[in-house]
Amino acid sequence: MSEQQAPSNPLTRFITDDENCWTLEQYQTHGGYDGLKKALTMTSPDVLETIKQSGLRGRGGAGFPTGLKWSFVPQGDDAPSPKYMIVNADEMEPGAFKDRWLLEKSPHQILEGLIVGGFTLQADIGYVFIRGDYYLAIERIEKAIQECYDAGLLGKNIQGSGFDYDIHIHTSAGRYICGEETALINSLEGKRANPRAKPPFPQVAGLWGKPTIVNNVETFCNLPHIINFGPDWFKGLGRCKDAGTKIFGVSGRVKTPGLWELPMGTPIRELIEVHGGGMCDGYKLKGYLPGGGSTDFLTEEHLDTPMDYDEIGKVRSRMGTGTIIVLDDKYCPIEMVINLVKFFAQESCGWCTPCREGLPWGVEILEKIEQGRGEMCDIEQLEALTRFAAPGNTFCALAPGAVEPLQSALNYYRDDFIKHIEQGCCPYEAGEHNHD
Amino acid sequence: MPELIQPNKNKPGQHPIIPTNETVELSESEIKQINDALHHVPFASGASIDALKIIQQHRGWVSDACLKALSDHMKVSTADLDAVATFYNLIFRQPVGKVVLHPCDGISCDLMGGKKIRKCLSKKLGIGNGQTTADDQFTLIPLPCLGACDKAPVMIASEKLFELMDENSVANILKDLSSKAGDKS
Ligand SMILES: Cc1cc2nc3c(=O)[nH]c(=O)nc-3n(C[C@H](O)[C@H](O)[C@H](O)COP(=O)(O)O)c2cc1C
Ligand code: SF4
Ligand code: FES
Repeated sequence: MSEQQAPSNPLTRFITDDENCWTLEQYQTHGGYDGLKKALTMTSPDVLETIKQSGLRGRGGAGFPTGLKWSFVPQGDDAPSPKYMIVNADEMEPGAFKDRWLLEKSPHQILEGLIVGGFTLQADIGYVFIRGDYYLAIERIEKAIQECYDAGLLGKNIQGSGFDYDIHIHTSAGRYICGEETALINSLEGKRANPRAKPPFPQVAGLWGKPTIVNNVETFCNLPHIINFGPDWFKGLGRCKDAGTKIFGVSGRVKTPGLWELPMGTPIRELIEVHGGGMCDGYKLKGYLPGGGSTDFLTEEHLDTPMDYDEIGKVRSRMGTGTIIVLDDKYCPIEMVINLVKFFAQESCGWCTPCREGLPWGVEILEKIEQGRGEMCDIEQLEALTRFAAPGNTFCALAPGAVEPLQSALNYYRDDFIKHIEQGCCPYEAGEHNHD
Repeated sequence: MPELIQPNKNKPGQHPIIPTNETVELSESEIKQINDALHHVPFASGASIDALKIIQQHRGWVSDACLKALSDHMKVSTADLDAVATFYNLIFRQPVGKVVLHPCDGISCDLMGGKKIRKCLSKKLGIGNGQTTADDQFTLIPLPCLGACDKAPVMIASEKLFELMDENSVANILKDLSSKAGDKS
């Protein structure tokens, strides 16, 4: 029963080398669905209180406290019904690959979280909104849902608790903006995925105008363990202020790119140098985006920053998805920024001007500089652009996120911008990975 | 409705768009699946994406005529259906080849040489992004980050993920995929 003693790796203890570790049978032999069974013996308000106390923050990027978010859902007999609970599995953030891994390796953990969530808020229907390109994940989630129905973990009167709950899967038709929670709801309603104005917040009026909660895959994964082992255990897992563990990842030119479950607050250096194995031979670290493609660059001097929401905020970047993208010294930073801003320009839903018009304009200026046709005033233009797209000027967080790597590149790699303009060409041209 | 201009049929990688006055009928199994989807939503428009996907699953892409047939069946306007169809990356409003190649153009792949892979695919097939080979075997549509950044560079094709690609593996992958595409036809 050692596994039942509070684990230090709650999210990944179910993930083994066995191809079938995703199945209900294997999940249950490792203590799967114990959290749900315990939750069903509690009252819904008690479960919500436990989640609040745990200090769990959303793992989808913004880090909003989950318990607080849920407390806005109307409860009681006169609350609107049905209520919906949605897993945001539309992962498409550049450099983020943690949700796909969880979906493929541990679908039942996500479903267990979704059922616990449903019970907590007395919701009626759960959805898994999953990226259409994640074929294996879709197949496994579908099978896992069926296994749950067969085992009486879904449907009417779950485990004799009197709680009824169904889960459906929606495979997305593909757009990054579908990950934004109100755009996701529109997409689920069969519409174009434009974000909605808030208020009303989805907690009050979401899918089909009914109370709706949207949370990230990894957020849901944490719930059963919090119920099973208690909020104090969860808080104790973190190395700094933030509670729990996190699936961290590193990609780019490091020796052993991958994903690992580690305590919140693990320093960036440890992630890149120990778990990521350090830079590949012949490459030096030039910088990194700590939390995926819409977070600000950090550099060597920030390596000892703990991956903790507040600490990363202090050095002016974001935890984001917790998946680090490493930039090496042979890849042109401007080319990296072009790739990112182009992506965001392409995925803009077109609703507001700074995003729809501003981002393609940014790509144009950046390409001009990259191709050696830039002028010094272009740098000012780019800086102005980052201000136009700042939070508050756009409908959703896509555009502000898009300019984060740009504004920080202008700060940390200004010399590179100037060199491109002065030399009239890309100084990285000789690097083996560019332009060929 | 005005006649659509017929694109030059001889241009490589381009397909004639079928004229809008052509009509098609939805098959029995399409109708059954679409009705299933309609069953799950409070308003017919709610099943738009699912219905478009069902058509595409059966026919490879969504033609104007299909859109019209779908509109008649669902009682949702063609304009509304097309607004949805054109918004999403994975709904094709033009014919595609038997295999759609989705090399990743996300940043982690590009840091690891993704651009080279896409160039190599493009050169070997003689087509640009969004185009289809003359023999209708392959369509090339790069997609953003495919969620396998630790295995970069990667590509999805025929519902399969190809990891750690290099220029040497491209030829083999294409050979493998084209023999499978051959089986389908
Ligand atoms: C453009 C955009 C894309 C997003 N994509 C995702 C996504 O793919 N997955 C996700 O969980 N959250 C995504 N989010 C964040 C969601 O809007 C929402 O905050 C999140 O799902 C809430 O869950 P959490 O509190 O568990 O993090 C995105 C936000 C924006 C603005
Ligand atoms: S910021 Fe961009 S993606 Fe978000 S609503 Fe505006 S146009 Fe759409
Ligand atoms: S960038 Fe290619 S898989 Fe993530």
